[in-house]
Amino acid sequence: MRDVLTALMAEYALLIDEDRLEEWVELFDEGCDYRVVTRENVEQGLPNVLIWCDNKNMLRDRVESYRNVNLYNLHYDRHVLGPLRILGHDGPLWRFDVSYSLFQTTLEGESRLFSVGRYSVEARIAGETAWLEKVTVIADTGLIPSLLATPI
Amino acid sequence: MRPVQFPREDYSRIPFWLHHDEELYGQEMERIFRGPTWSYLCLEAEMPNPGDFRTTWLGDTPVIVSRDKDGAVHAFVNRCSHRGAMIERRVRGNADRHVCLYHRWCYSHQGELTGLPFRKGLKGQGGMPDDFDMKAVSPMKISVQSLNGVLFGTFQPEKAEPLEHYLGEFGTGMVKRFFAKPVKILGYSRQKIHGNWKLYAENLRDTYHASLLHEFFVTYGVDRATQKGGVKMDARHRHNMNHAYTASDSQEEAKKAYADTAAHLDRMQLRDKKLLQFKNEYPDGMNLAAPTFFPNALLIQINNTIGTRQIRPKGVDAHEVFQTLFCYADDDEAMVRHRLVSANLVGPAGLVSMEDGEAIEVIQTSTRSAPDAHAVIEMGGRGAIKDLTHRVTETPIRGFWSYWAELMGVEAPGGVR
Repeated sequence: MRDVLTALMAEYALLIDEDRLEEWVELFDEGCDYRVVTRENVEQGLPNVLIWCDNKNMLRDRVESYRNVNLYNLHYDRHVLGPLRILGHDGPLWRFDVSYSLFQTTLEGESRLFSVGRYSVEARIAGETAWLEKVTVIADTGLIPSLLATPI
Repeated sequence: MRPVQFPREDYSRIPFWLHHDEELYGQEMERIFRGPTWSYLCLEAEMPNPGDFRTTWLGDTPVIVSRDKDGAVHAFVNRCSHRGAMIERRVRGNADRHVCLYHRWCYSHQGELTGLPFRKGLKGQGGMPDDFDMKAVSPMKISVQSLNGVLFGTFQPEKAEPLEHYLGEFGTGMVKRFFAKPVKILGYSRQKIHGNWKLYAENLRDTYHASLLHEFFVTYGVDRATQKGGVKMDARHRHNMNHAYTASDSQEEAKKAYADTAAHLDRMQLRDKKLLQFKNEYPDGMNLAAPTFFPNALLIQINNTIGTRQIRPKGVDAHEVFQTLFCYADDDEAMVRHRLVSANLVGPAGLVSMEDGEAIEVIQTSTRSAPDAHAVIEMGGRGAIKDLTHRVTETPIRGFWSYWAELMGVEAPGGVR
């Protein structure tokens, strides 16, 4: 199981880093939940979200908006993920945490640490493949540098 | 420092060096933020119980806002009288007293120095002089006033206008509109924009950019310049409000207006339309309202997302935008969920707000090498500064600079007010 889930998260990170966001969306199930929250809010028990898509169509809408409508800082992303900490499972539904660092690099090659935090994930496994049911990005970096567009 | 000179008396030319000078930045903190103005501090709803506190910023000054055991709210500079250490390092909490970590000097909820270790020495040795006056060295107080639970503070209560007069009729009215009933905090977002704080203040007064930079507004029909709306200012033109009414224009009218711009209408449809659902909850029917208060705050309503935003200057070339979203205490679960879904529109990742950070940063970067050049502010007209019943304007930017110049003592000869 660890191998399947690790491969899923490696794919998740690389698809964002390679700007293949439409394929990144395809890692999610139709009834998925993707949200970006900050540790400051979580620790105070506050529900505020920076991004919240409570189904796959909302994710599709956001990606389409990035492609056609929104203007943001031109950059490359690079995720570095830690090992999975598997928390348990309910049949084929597995819960795990992964730490991440996300660096951004400008088109002129200057890199900065953009965000560091933890993914809290629920994924459904069927044979050799897995889908994301729920991804909550809990960013330690609550002070967003410049702006947050492309997903974490 | 070079003298500040505005090339035109109507503030339609703004020299770029005003966003890049360290010394000028220091003067702004002194004359504006610690001057005769009222700054937004935080909300009473963040500190409901006796002993609750939260730390905030008034310009570049760290501040503790605290509620005493009788329920009264106080604010004072978060800096120990002894050696200047920050007294309260937590963002929020509940405390019987505030204790500096360095030598454990203690402060009351009111910001009075109430005790310090070894004041009388040990075994007859050491200690403070007998005539040491704790009251005389207590941290600087900030006058704090609540308007419907919104806390504003000033360093100069004797020179500042009464709060409601300062905010003006529309400003006071808008605070009362947003806070007509008790609120509950939904949470915070923070964004560090690498640009001078005044670029954010200008951005809030520039309704011209709204439907152009934030193309999401137009593409998905959240807000278009053709909708009924406008710009309101207070009598001194230092505060302003961009506002609009939903569905008050026709599709044909909007299509014609945007035909020659790069912004396109109707190219796309959202698959999930709940993102843009608007449930009218105010008698005025506005779906977009952004009353902005000089120098550091605004209230924001985009559809059913409601909040406050505070500008925290962080040096001459950076500022934090601190946003607090709230709901009403009597909202049911579905309404809270709806507000959180709408929160996708605002904040650092907001579909109609993310571009602001980028626009400000590219101004800061490219104007650094052009101190003597200036911005051209003529959209909406030159000369006198007036309210407008349309939004194709940036006139409130001139209002901002006019009041800025007055406080800084650098008004243009014959300058408009």
